[in-house]
Amino acid sequence: MHDRRSWFVLSMLCFGFAFLYVPILSMVVYSFNASRLVTVWDSAHSPTLAWYVELFHNSEIMEAARLSFRIASVNATGAVILGTLAAFALERYRRFRGRGLFSLLTTAPMVLPEVITGLSLLLLFVVLEPLIGARGATTITIAHMTFSMAYAIVVIQARLATVDRSLEEAAMDLGARPWKVFAVITLPLIAPAIASAWVLSFILSWDDIVITSFVSGPGSTTLPQYVFSKVRLGVSPDINALATILVLIVSVAVIVAGTYMMRRDQRRIRDAQVALGAGG
Amino acid sequence: MKPAAASRLGRWGVIALPYLWLTIFFLVPFLIVLKISFSNVQLSMPPVEPVLTWGQDHVMQLRLHFSNFAFVFGDRLYIEAFLDSLLIAAVSTVIALLIGYPMAYGIARAPGAWRNVLFLLVVLPFFTSFLLRVYAWMGLLGRAGPVNGLLLKLGLIHEPLQLLQTEFAVYLGMVYSYLPFMVLPLYSAIEKLDLTLLEAAADLGCRPTKAFFTVTLPLTREGIFAGCLLVFIPAVGEYVIPALLGGPDTLMIGRVVWDEFFGNRDWPVASALAIVLLVLLSGFVLLLQYVQSREREA
Amino acid sequence: MNAVQTPAAARGGAPYVRLEGLTKRFGDFVAVRQVSLDIARGEIFCLLGASGCGKTTLLRMLAGFETPTEGSIWIDGVDVTHVPPYERPVNMMFQSYALFPHMTVAQNVAFGLRQDGTAKSEIDGRVHEMLAMVQLDGYDKRKPHQLSGGQRQRVALARALVKRPKLLLLDEPLGALDKKLRERTQFELVSLQERLGVTFVIVTHDQEEAMTLASRIGVMRAGEILQVGTPTDIYEFPGSRFVADFIGSVNMVEGRLVEDEPDHVRIQCEQLGCMVYVDHGVSAPPDAPVAVAIRPEKIQLSREQPPGTDNLLAGRVTGVAYLGDATRYLVQLPNGFQLRVTAPNVSRREERFEQDDAVWLSWHPSSPVVVTR
Repeated sequence: MHDRRSWFVLSMLCFGFAFLYVPILSMVVYSFNASRLVTVWDSAHSPTLAWYVELFHNSEIMEAARLSFRIASVNATGAVILGTLAAFALERYRRFRGRGLFSLLTTAPMVLPEVITGLSLLLLFVVLEPLIGARGATTITIAHMTFSMAYAIVVIQARLATVDRSLEEAAMDLGARPWKVFAVITLPLIAPAIASAWVLSFILSWDDIVITSFVSGPGSTTLPQYVFSKVRLGVSPDINALATILVLIVSVAVIVAGTYMMRRDQRRIRDAQVALGAGG
Repeated sequence: MKPAAASRLGRWGVIALPYLWLTIFFLVPFLIVLKISFSNVQLSMPPVEPVLTWGQDHVMQLRLHFSNFAFVFGDRLYIEAFLDSLLIAAVSTVIALLIGYPMAYGIARAPGAWRNVLFLLVVLPFFTSFLLRVYAWMGLLGRAGPVNGLLLKLGLIHEPLQLLQTEFAVYLGMVYSYLPFMVLPLYSAIEKLDLTLLEAAADLGCRPTKAFFTVTLPLTREGIFAGCLLVFIPAVGEYVIPALLGGPDTLMIGRVVWDEFFGNRDWPVASALAIVLLVLLSGFVLLLQYVQSREREA
Repeated sequence: MNAVQTPAAARGGAPYVRLEGLTKRFGDFVAVRQVSLDIARGEIFCLLGASGCGKTTLLRMLAGFETPTEGSIWIDGVDVTHVPPYERPVNMMFQSYALFPHMTVAQNVAFGLRQDGTAKSEIDGRVHEMLAMVQLDGYDKRKPHQLSGGQRQRVALARALVKRPKLLLLDEPLGALDKKLRERTQFELVSLQERLGVTFVIVTHDQEEAMTLASRIGVMRAGEILQVGTPTDIYEFPGSRFVADFIGSVNMVEGRLVEDEPDHVRIQCEQLGCMVYVDHGVSAPPDAPVAVAIRPEKIQLSREQPPGTDNLLAGRVTGVAYLGDATRYLVQLPNGFQLRVTAPNVSRREERFEQDDAVWLSWHPSSPVVVTR
């Protein structure tokens, strides 16, 4: 009885992970395929790095990637700053006027379909055009900050909720003024969450296509926009090469982060044992 | 009272800065959409609002505004797009749940070190580009792609199937893209479950399968709700998947809004569609919250 | 060490800490109601009460985390009611210890001095002096999670004391420690306080902790201080039913004053079925309903009938619990009422009573406490 059940779970696990990873791996494999038809394996000339070479010589892609990277970095930094303030307001200032609307505004961007967010921001930027100028990198960054901020708030607020308030009170009791308390106690304690929120905001921006398409101008094409316009016309081998590079970067980052976290957990366990050994 | 005043000012700033940002870049734009789609009154005002300078033929646009919603509800195409979106999103959510629950269960019950690795494996696709992951299926499902190749080799079919640009491809893309969103909340719900409850059930004579349906499933209901919400909501408004994998007859509402906007340049109708979609989704979220709170009370 | 004074409780000087009509409301809820209290320099004052009685709110007002709705707080002649916590000459030891997890032991202890801009060399000296005092030399480089519960408690104490506060607030200081460690730490805490002469205000729900530590105890209920006194006062002369019942174990019976003389009273108790003779006067109108509280250890059990008629009852043992240092009995009277009796186990081969034994209960006329509130 028990065996049959665990076999079911195990086979579902295998199926699920195969489902998740076969498409990703297929892009990696086909990126080394010499054939321009992508999925028809040209065994005579493959594997080849030709598409990688082409990729790096494609100035349009490189330019789009640079723009995306710049927007994503600025966005992540801005979203984390605003997100930290908002999370602090929601978590530490229990009562203030307009709190209900505020918490609605902080969660709504996650629920709203991207086409609506994109559409509404575009209409705003049209109105604001005399003030902020033509649409481009700036409007894209503002739009990205608005929705990635909502995710940053969730991550940071969750962490802030676990920070024992008496730590902040203790610092204040020992003579630290509120801003100092935030800088030397709260901030270091929520730093991991701020880092995660930064990465998350970066990815959200780096990945976004729908909202970007609404608010971008003629002179600014982000990497997803470039990719989207290209793959709409069909599969393309250099996109596989691009995908492979991105998958590689993300995998390395996730593995490094995962190993670090596991090491940290192990160190915690060791420290706890030391403390128990110390006794009394 | 200097320090108290300073701390009041600080507090004010902490709240005001993000509040102001969200008001300007989220609330106000939304109100503009509402105005363009909904309100006729402003349109009769002199064109001080830049909104009114968009249309070249002012009179023409004015007439359209009056009938935005009537137009949306009068056209079978829009109604069908809404219904199709809801159907595709709902079916994809159920399929994702059926695949995701056993996966989440397997990960949560895996031995310690494995659990972390499997968890990271679920998270990893989330960090790789959504667009590229959808694109991957274009290669796999193409006429000359490996899926058709495999089916031909197995002799199940004699000529390549049209897999791409079908509703099937849209379902596949939906389930594939949103599966991690389903697994993560389910995983945390199942992991939190107190195992002694299952031991107690077994001790009281409950067979494992029955214990799953009477103990595990009800106690992880919150995770199921959260997972379904996280898949369903973005799936309804999805644009990229139907645009890349769907055929011309797969008219999901996100795609229709996009096409009205960029293709027909009909901003008022796009706005009206957006508002209807929003009302639909908020109604759905509220309904779900109501059901959930009723269940909690019971 | 200019802040070190000789223990001054004995000198009974002017009030060092004064609370005047202190009230704290949260919305409609009154957490602390009209509390007025004087605490002398060098005292260990314990606020004792069940959870939710307002003792923690009172402590937080002393620390400056809560602003009183009404009333004022004076420390050493200065009104500190509206002084923010970071400017008060008061430090607090938190129930959770609140040690900064990202700082070492030494950094934790030095934190307060660093906020004051104390010179680096002086900080080092004082931190080491303080760590030595709490027997934690050599632990300065450790992080809090590398310490045991008892060590953490001592770091928290050192951190709060290193600034030489005028007043040290301790929120359930021993609550997180196990029983054995708690007993040892109680005495360490008192001896440290005596050496430093700092005034302590302790909040606790544990009456044993309050009895061992405090020079005076304030018993709190529903935001009010019901009684203030030395541990002996509180135990032997409780002023109300609540205090008598809250501190220690007690047999509480309702009665009616039938004979009221300045040097003695007689109280008719239906529940006991006898007259209770008390050898001191009671300030209550005749015929008033009163409560008589008799501590279990003040009742004697015997097989033979003792002489006299007052304060004497016959009963039957219905429950025996041997605790080692004492034995607890449950004795049922003919009318069904049950009394708790504690008998010390003075000798090893002492005669003990057993289930269903017929016994006589008696007590000294000075033992019952009569309360009217």
